[in-house]
Amino acid sequence: MQVVLRNPRREVEIQGPISVVALLGRLGINRESVLVIKGDTIVPGDAMLDDDDCVELRPVISGGAA
Amino acid sequence: MKCRVCREPAIIDVRRQNANYCTEHFLRMCRDQVTKAIERHDMLSPGDAVLVAVSGGKDSLALWDLLLDLGYRADGLYIGLGIGEYSDASGACARAFAEARDATLVEVDLRTRYGFDIPNGAKAARRAPCSACGLAKRHVFDEAARLGGYDVVVTGHNLDDEAAVLFGNVLRWQTEYLGRQQPVLPARDGFPKKAKPLIRLGEREMAAYCVVRGIDYIVEECPMAAGNRHLGYKEALNQLEATSPGTKFAFYHEFLDKAAERFVGEADDAREALVACDSCGAPTPSGTCAFCRLTARAQVEIRA
Repeated sequence: MQVVLRNPRREVEIQGPISVVALLGRLGINRESVLVIKGDTIVPGDAMLDDDDCVELRPVISGGAA
Repeated sequence: MKCRVCREPAIIDVRRQNANYCTEHFLRMCRDQVTKAIERHDMLSPGDAVLVAVSGGKDSLALWDLLLDLGYRADGLYIGLGIGEYSDASGACARAFAEARDATLVEVDLRTRYGFDIPNGAKAARRAPCSACGLAKRHVFDEAARLGGYDVVVTGHNLDDEAAVLFGNVLRWQTEYLGRQQPVLPARDGFPKKAKPLIRLGEREMAAYCVVRGIDYIVEECPMAAGNRHLGYKEALNQLEATSPGTKFAFYHEFLDKAAERFVGEADDAREALVACDSCGAPTPSGTCAFCRLTARAQVEIRA
């Protein structure tokens, strides 16, 4: 499947099927720091992703010091 | 994964609550948490003229949306910071939201109004960009509230923001800052009342709120904030949260319940020494305020 990451924007290929939680674990990404989005929909942690899916891992951490 | 309320399929887990939510009940939970924060800390009254500080990011747009849905009379304030494509994109998000909700957006462009932007202002003042940005924003919020007759300025600081600031203040025992870290600051000596209604919601929930509501926000991080200390604190707290959900909420809210009052005196002592800025009239410890000094330095450097 195609996985789109941000900041900086890049794409990686991961073999499916795989659960969202396992995908984040494989990429070493903290669940607290991203949303997994397919199309316009949030994908919950226990959902299975197929090999032909395309998902975005959208970072949620933002902000300056002010 | 099923919604804790209706047992229908859930879209998101909120681990600190040990709960999952469907779309409908997630939105309701967000509204309930904002209502609880407003009521518990006496942030807003019905009929208040509210000015929402809008950056074009997820938190401020979600906050504006929530306050409008809760029936508050809330206008937005967008500050053009002059940070290249980032500012162009964030301004577009703020304007698109205002148009979609038929809401009023007040805009202040730093370059047009004060003759500098954040990149050259920070350089001229020899301040970190986030420091110059915060200084400029606070000044413009205060001025816009005063000129526009708003009762309260609200900002989109969420649980993660406040926990990270608290973490930094505790690490260095900055007791005056701890005394100021309140969810509400009353109007005083030229400062408008300020409130942070998102303190019971994390930034993951705010991003999810925008996705669910179809709010287009700027996802890219500000290029000038990359690598700053505040982001490092957030990452450290998220490491703790991953193994112990609820840590951030307990850290911040138990500070408010059990410790914040102990430091208020130090912040009050600092505030009592304020006088009017000899240039703009804003409250300042002495002479010319930091914002007017920044403006003067930036204008000199730009002319040179």
